[in-house]
Amino acid sequence: MSTPLLITLVVTLLAAGTAMCLRNLVHSALMLAICFSGIAAVYLQLNAEFVGFTEILVYVGAIAILIVIAVLLTSSGETPEKSVLTSGWFAGAVVSVLVFTALGWAVLHSHVLASGNAPAPHITVKDVGDVLMTQYVLPLEIIALMLTAAMIGAVIIAYKEEPGTDTKPQTSTKEIPAASVSAYVAGKEGAQ
Amino acid sequence: MSPLQGCLLFSALLFATGFAGAVTRRHAILVLVGIELMLNAANLNLIAFWRFGPHPEALTGFIFVLFSMALAAAEAAVGLALVIAIYRHKRTSNLDEVKELKG
Repeated sequence: MSTPLLITLVVTLLAAGTAMCLRNLVHSALMLAICFSGIAAVYLQLNAEFVGFTEILVYVGAIAILIVIAVLLTSSGETPEKSVLTSGWFAGAVVSVLVFTALGWAVLHSHVLASGNAPAPHITVKDVGDVLMTQYVLPLEIIALMLTAAMIGAVIIAYKEEPGTDTKPQTSTKEIPAASVSAYVAGKEGAQ
Repeated sequence: MSPLQGCLLFSALLFATGFAGAVTRRHAILVLVGIELMLNAANLNLIAFWRFGPHPEALTGFIFVLFSMALAAAEAAVGLALVIAIYRHKRTSNLDEVKELKG
């Protein structure tokens, strides 16, 4: 493995680990942006330039910013005083270490993976466009439909209900006192 | 160690980091961040196999990563919308304080 690739991998891993450990969510989201940039650099060094730039565009440009906006909208930008871990965090950590051990053992003990250093493929954006428009045009259209559905769904889920149209809590808060008052009056009359 | 093995080990480590974050942190947004990291690790696996595989000119792994990124973007948008909706109802975004289905 070349030295630049190794440095990129170490920086990316450190950023990912820090993003998972930091208590403040805004700092965590910023470290996540660094981690995504590192992954994009790894793609660039693996001769997948188009995927690398897409990674920067989608992850650093959209998802990291979306996460920061969600942090601000849920007003959890300040550092929490209480514990940031769940009650079963130790079991989760053990399971994740086991997952890494199994994956790493499988990678290191496979003789298929150890073979060969393939020559670098030369892929231009024109090739990608050709394949996307001919062979993979149906999956592309399905992805477009799914993105539209996901966007509409996200808007509907996060939509703030107007106080007038939101009938359920109002009727329940108004009806329960009326019912209890009438029951109280009926009880009083029964006692008399 | 061949470059393919290096990339696979790195993505395994990235996956384990994301998984640890998703199962140990309380905050819902951090759980989504962990899921994004796991998806990125899977994408890196696909790109590594495409780059060091026998037929890189077929572009299968490459195109798969592009579609997987679109899916991840949709997942992030819907997930964060759910977090915001839960915060509006419950005034919390810690996952262990959201215990009941009834809003």
